[in-house]
Amino acid sequence: MQLAVLGGFVLAAFAPLLHRWFGERTGWVLALLPGALLLWLLGQLPAVVAGEILVFEQAWVPGLEITLTFLLDGLSLLFALLISGIGVLVLIYASGYLKGHPDLVRFHVVILAFMMSMLGLVLADNLVSLFVFWELTSITSYLLIGFNHTDLEARKSALQGLFVTVGGGLALLAGLILLALAGDSWSLQDLNDRGELLRGHDLYLPILLCLLAGAFTKSAQFPFHFWLPNAMAAPTPVSAYLHSATMVKAGVYLLARLSPALGGTPAWEAWLCLIGALTMLTGAFLALRHTNIKKLLAYSTVMALGTLTLLLGIGSEEAMVAFATFLLAHSLYKGVLFMVAGILDHETGTKDIALMGGLRRVMPITALCAAVAALSLGGVIPLFGFVAKELLFAAAWEGGWRGVLLPATLIAAILTLAAAAIVGIRPFYRARRELPRSPQEGPGTMLLGPLVLAGLSLLLGLWPGAAEALVAATASSLRGETVTASLTLWHGINGPLLLSLVSLALGLLLFRHWDGWRAALRPLDPLIERGPEAAYFRLMNTLVEVAEWQTRLLQNGYMRNYLVMMLLVLVGLTGVTLFARHELHLAVALDVQLHEALVVGLMVAGAVMACVLRARLAAVASVGVMGFCIALTFVLFSAPDLGITQLLVETLTVILLILVLFRLPRFARLSSPLERVRDLVVAAATGGLITLLILQVVSVDPFPSISDYMVANSQPLGHGHNIVNVILVDFRALDTLGEMFVLALAAIGVFAMLRFHAGEYAERDRQARGEVVDD
Amino acid sequence: MIRSGTLILHVAARLLMPLQLLFSVFLLLRGHDEPGGGFIAGLVASGAFALYLFAFGPRATRQMLRVAPQDLIGLGLCLGVISALPAWWQGQPFLTAQWWTIPWIDFKFSTPLIFDIGVYLVVLGSVLIAVLALMEGDSEEASHD
Repeated sequence: MQLAVLGGFVLAAFAPLLHRWFGERTGWVLALLPGALLLWLLGQLPAVVAGEILVFEQAWVPGLEITLTFLLDGLSLLFALLISGIGVLVLIYASGYLKGHPDLVRFHVVILAFMMSMLGLVLADNLVSLFVFWELTSITSYLLIGFNHTDLEARKSALQGLFVTVGGGLALLAGLILLALAGDSWSLQDLNDRGELLRGHDLYLPILLCLLAGAFTKSAQFPFHFWLPNAMAAPTPVSAYLHSATMVKAGVYLLARLSPALGGTPAWEAWLCLIGALTMLTGAFLALRHTNIKKLLAYSTVMALGTLTLLLGIGSEEAMVAFATFLLAHSLYKGVLFMVAGILDHETGTKDIALMGGLRRVMPITALCAAVAALSLGGVIPLFGFVAKELLFAAAWEGGWRGVLLPATLIAAILTLAAAAIVGIRPFYRARRELPRSPQEGPGTMLLGPLVLAGLSLLLGLWPGAAEALVAATASSLRGETVTASLTLWHGINGPLLLSLVSLALGLLLFRHWDGWRAALRPLDPLIERGPEAAYFRLMNTLVEVAEWQTRLLQNGYMRNYLVMMLLVLVGLTGVTLFARHELHLAVALDVQLHEALVVGLMVAGAVMACVLRARLAAVASVGVMGFCIALTFVLFSAPDLGITQLLVETLTVILLILVLFRLPRFARLSSPLERVRDLVVAAATGGLITLLILQVVSVDPFPSISDYMVANSQPLGHGHNIVNVILVDFRALDTLGEMFVLALAAIGVFAMLRFHAGEYAERDRQARGEVVDD
Repeated sequence: MIRSGTLILHVAARLLMPLQLLFSVFLLLRGHDEPGGGFIAGLVASGAFALYLFAFGPRATRQMLRVAPQDLIGLGLCLGVISALPAWWQGQPFLTAQWWTIPWIDFKFSTPLIFDIGVYLVVLGSVLIAVLALMEGDSEEASHD
């Protein structure tokens, strides 16, 4: 299992090579991986349905309790099936949608990486690996939204999506760490067994709020819903896959996954129901304002995500069954609708529904798929969406807060039905209109996905019993106990059915007067524009301003200011710790040899001369005297390696200084006497502090020294007599490896600084800022 | 401006540079037991190239170097990471040293040695990048004036 997911990342890396071999058909080849996964997952279905939890153990960083263990229960399986199943169809669909696109290779690399991250996310048992996969989906989503990177709008939307989801990701990280501390385990399985402990824990509320922040940003809940419609700048296969079926459901997945551990408390219920209902209504309401088909569908996805959150908040057995059913139904019909939107866009050259009409004759198959999916979205009998909506009504009916939640659900259902009618009917019926391109039926690759998914919607609608076992298994993992579900199309005449009829009638009425409704809502536009998105832009602009201000303050490009700043921080932090936390022991036995005193005297002379001299070369030479004296000190105290290094570094410094000296302007005194006094004080304070520190270290010995260990083990363990070298390349090799990277980065920095001129940077800076500022 | 090309410097550079490079390799290989090691050896090698650079100028130095200093850094980092892999293969913690003795010549080959060669290359490449860029910046400005 781990092999398949990690292998997927490797396959993503090799996608460019596959492109060279298979050309246009690469999508089909790549689809083999999720296809195989899908078959394998289907093979596990009987065991999972029987109530087994399949665990695939794999260590990762045992020292930190980080594992790559995968867990397959009902919830994971449902998500994994959707990810791999829709993944296959989207890969094939994209090979038609992006046919001949110069960046198709990049698309394949990133979408495959996303697919594997998403699978890892829903399968991971360990909190840390879950978080890693979570962030990977954010990053790949960023790359996919910004796929058309020459388009400013796309870049801006990509950045927005990234900021919102990664900002939430930080809160999530905090929440997961708190959760692990409170539950004393990093394993989701263990945590779900310790629900009592966690719900009663002092940290329960902070944990919940942090996790909610992460989940709500990821799943585009109110007030973070705005990034999702903007993410529609991505190519349509991406919208269909990431921003409808999979990634945006990650937040909901997390809440669902943790609901046995954290769910059922009043705080949980209040937050999830409130935010879920608000999101549901916001999404359903805003959807009808848009004639851009993708935006309309995106808002309708926001509505669905709100509904899922709401159901988790209600938390009853019915609600959990409704959750699983609604999740499945939504993925099936929304996938179709996005793919249909892509076909329409691809064939007509516009995304504006108001411009389309009468396309039924030229694209009959698309029209059929759209009709089936729209009926399912609207929750019309006999489609699977109807089953889901009935369950939703029933859950809202039975759950607490009925007085609020039931009307909210009803209103959302009415608005959704109108949206469904708009998408399913408007482009295909009525009179033909002038379009930018003359439309034809989409190619087979693009029709396969909608046909399969629409077929499933219909099949499961007519025979809901087929999904019953999976839904029951999912609901069981949500409740942490065995739940039975019975899905039927016809429940007899009852409350939910009546509500369905009401929503059908009112929704159709709304659809008839859609144009009038949009016109009537136009006065509200200024209010909507002042919504959460405006707050986002204000925040980003403030961030840029603060960054500018603090850059001017701290990073002003003057070496002397950097030095003063660093030294003051050092003196401040170290000094306070030294004086406040420790007693000073300054019992020093002065035992200085004559030659040592000479070396020190030479060093002091060099330092003073370097400050006083007015000729630059002479000052450099004085600093050099100091350096060589230090090297001499190392040699005197038998540290030949350090001595050699110091000597070589001094030599190279001279070489570099000679090269730099020619570039400097004529020597001038730039600082006033007062500033020099200030610098003297800072320097004296630093020097004094370091002296005190060394004396302290020499006289007190708070920890046993590690050097004895190094001396004793250098030969037996490190096979070397040179302890310094053994430490560098063996005992502390990881540190050295890090320093190698630092050195390499510094070299690249120097190279960039010398090669590119300041003017180019200013230009690039302006461009980069253009992405954040809304203008 | 630095003028490259006095006779004494030319001759000295030609004579000294191979010796310096040889010495740097010597330091690198003996570093595990005697004073030396990748970092020091890298600095000595950089000194050798710097001397050549002062004598013959950046273009000649680049020609003699054949590879770009950036590539040296990249190669060094790769070696550093590669030296971590054998331990992984054995199921031991990251970067655990592995030792093999090559029997015929009685030479101890090890992952720390590979690692040290990586350090050597990174140091050499980093210094050369800075020195070459500074030197070339000078000559560019000179040609502009």
